Parts: sequence; structure tokens; C-alpha cells
Amino acid sequence: VKICIDQTRCIGVGMCEAVAPEVFTVLPDGNLELLSDSPGDDQRAAVEEAISVCPTGAISIHDG
Amino acid sequence: VTRHIAIVGASLAGLRAAEAARRLGFDGRLTLIGAEAHLPYTRPPLTKEFLTGGSVESLALTSSEQLHDLGVDLLPATSATGIDLGARTLELGTRRLRYDGLVIATGATPRRLSSTADPGLKGCHVVRTMDDALELRSEIRPGTRLVVIGAGFIGAETSSSARKLGAEVCVVEALSSPLSRALGELVGSVCGRLHHRNGVELRCGVAVEAVSGRGRVEKVRLSDGDELPADVVVVGAGVVPATRWLEGSGLTLRDGLVCDANLCAGPPGVYAAGDVVRWPHPQFGELRLESWTGAAEQAATAMRNLLDPANAVPHEGVPYFWSDQYGVRIQCLGVATGDVRVVAGSIEELRFIALHCQGDRLIGVSAIGCPHLIMKLRPLVRRGAGSSEAEALCRDWDPALAADAV
Repeated sequence: VKICIDQTRCIGVGMCEAVAPEVFTVLPDGNLELLSDSPGDDQRAAVEEAISVCPTGAISIHDG
Repeated sequence: VTRHIAIVGASLAGLRAAEAARRLGFDGRLTLIGAEAHLPYTRPPLTKEFLTGGSVESLALTSSEQLHDLGVDLLPATSATGIDLGARTLELGTRRLRYDGLVIATGATPRRLSSTADPGLKGCHVVRTMDDALELRSEIRPGTRLVVIGAGFIGAETSSSARKLGAEVCVVEALSSPLSRALGELVGSVCGRLHHRNGVELRCGVAVEAVSGRGRVEKVRLSDGDELPADVVVVGAGVVPATRWLEGSGLTLRDGLVCDANLCAGPPGVYAAGDVVRWPHPQFGELRLESWTGAAEQAATAMRNLLDPANAVPHEGVPYFWSDQYGVRIQCLGVATGDVRVVAGSIEELRFIALHCQGDRLIGVSAIGCPHLIMKLRPLVRRGAGSSEAEALCRDWDPALAADAV
């Protein structure tokens, strides 16, 4: 899977980091950094949870 | 067999419950019942970007197409008025709706001025719904004299947004410091400082005796005898769980709908999620949350347990909320009670991490202007780690900030 962050929507509240800390991390300026933009299948459930708990709908995934 | 799941409440928790049902493979009928006329939308921006002019579209949590694709029947502008648990039937005004499974996600409604103002008085607002926020923003202009009653999150965020719009703002708070119930006195005092720094008058420890005017609000009289001139009043005096329609149903109501650890409200197949839920958190004891993330997480747990009760799991999400006031991010994880100590940054700089501990056990973290540290501390809050471990973690991630805290 490939992860896309819409930086114009992201407000850096960090719910994605809470549920998928191996994929997402919030920086001191509040911006989000992807630790890996195409994580392995073992992270898929965590990334899907991150999408559903993101308050601004800033995260999406694309297969392939 | 569960063939029809009804979800009462079409805000975040209700929508997320419906989405979870499909994700978990439920292929029966799903009905989402919402009191408002709108499609499900998100509420946190209502006191923030939306109040200062954000678009209606920016609030959308879904679209008609997406609901259609999910196979969700949305009944908008429809309130549940009663329930017959034995017959598994909802009362929707004059209509009846049978269900096999039910998620109650009716949220909460804001307290309004009752004894202190004539209910027909124009210019008095609460901010809970999109319509509330649209009405309020149409009345705030540069120079508008706004009195905010209650210095909680709604009051503070509304004040911050109103300042951005050029209003003159006075906040009245009955307690001795703002947000002390949610964040404790220390962090609450910082929020007070934010008001002052941004030209907002803050009157703490004083009650509102009367809000009056001829047809439209003109002044607010305080318990110390002062009178504040007001063009607009916003009441941010907390919310009441929306359980009135459940009175007499047999479900247990006590400042919320009382659920078990698995978010089951009692009868098989009846679960709840969101602001309405009071449940025993395995780590923090009985809680009722008013938070975006709490609602989203509970919805997933409730639906999972509804669909697979034999393998039901307790709901143990770590409480979390955030607030933006005057450009400063405030975050709180876990519970903000116990002993509090700043371990990184400083209160003077309005940038710090404070740990809340019970004995040596970490039970919560409050952060101002430290968005990078809060979630890194979450696993520690979750397992009740010692405070020295939390301090060490802050030092590792931000040595400069940690060094400031003396």
C-alpha cells in the first residue's frame, strides 16, 4: 500500500501516530512525517485504523 | 441473526459505527437516524476555522454517494422519541422501526440559559451544531461586544475565533480558573494567560445573574454587581447527554447511558458510543468522554462487540482531546487529575509537557505547544508507567525542551 497525506487538511493532532507509531510521527512544528510511505502488509490494519480516527480525513491509501 | 442494525445519532460516532459494520463484513440492512437535516459532519471546527469563515463543505465526514456505496439508509431530520426494548422497536415520532441490533449515539446537547434569560431573547447562542455556528458567525463583526459565559473549551475557542474576527470579548467563569475541571488548575491558569495576552477580559469566580435586553440581548449582570454591555452572548456551560428519549425504557441513565466495559447498554444487541456513554474504563475507572477521538474509537468497539458478542472486548482507548486557542495547541491524554508536574518546557513560554501522576504512576499528560511529544507518551500512559520513564522519553526526543524545565 502507498500512503498519501493531504498536508492542507492535516492539523497534526496525532491520532495516526497513536494507532500506527511505526508509520506516522508528528514533528515539533506540528507537521506530520511519514516514517514509511509504503509500509508492509503487517501495518495495513493500523493504517486503516489511522484513516478512520483521523479527524480531518487527511490520510488515504492507494494499492499498487 | 442480526439482519437490521439501527444506529441512532448520525454524527461522528453513528457514522463510524456504520462504517465499522461494513468493514467487519456485516451485509444486512443499516439505518442511520439523525436529528439534524445535514449529512454527518465534524464538530471540532465549529468553534475554530468554521466560525471564522470556513466552508460548509470542509466539515463533511461523508457524502450521499459514499453512504449509498456503504449501503446505509440515512433518515435525516428524524429524532428517536422512544424505544421498546422487548419488542426491539424504535419510536421515531409517529413512525416505528424494528431492529435486531442497535447502537445509541445520540451525543449531548448544550446547556442553555434557563433562569437567567428570557428564552426568546435574540443574540444568545450555544455552539453545538452547524446551524448554531452559522447563526453565531452571522452576528460577529469587528467591534461586536461578545460576552462568553463559561471558560471551557467551547467558550475559549469561541473567544479566540471572535477575536480573530475583531470582536471585543469578555469571558465570565464561575470557577477560579478556566478549564480547571478538564485540565486542572495549573494548565487551566495557562489558558487564562492566553486570554489576557490576546486582549480578552477574563472574569473568574463570578456567576451570571441575568442576561437581559428588549427583544435582543443588551447586558449581562454578574453576581458581583457589575453589568457587562453585550451585543452577543455565547453560553458555553457544558452539555447534557441526550438520553431524554430513553427515560422509562429500562436502560440505566446516570449523567449518560450506563454501559458495561464492552459498551453494551444492558439488553443483548444494544450498544452505545460517543458523548452519551458512561462506562467503566479498565484503567481509569468510570468515565464519560466528550471527545472526537473517544467517539470514533468507541463506535468501532461497540460495532465489533455487537456483531461478535461471544468475543466481546472491553473498551480501553486512552482518552485524548485537543483544543486550539489563539494559535496555541493544547492537548490532553489520559486523565488530568492527580499530582501535576512540568517536565519539559516552561509555563512562562507557553510551551510545555506536564505529567499527571497518581503516586509514581503516570495517568495523564497535558501538553501546550508540544504536538511532537504527546503521542510518544501514549504507550506510557496506557500501561501506567513510572514518571521517570516519561521524563526520560521527553529528554530523548527533545533534550533542549527538557532542559528548560527547572
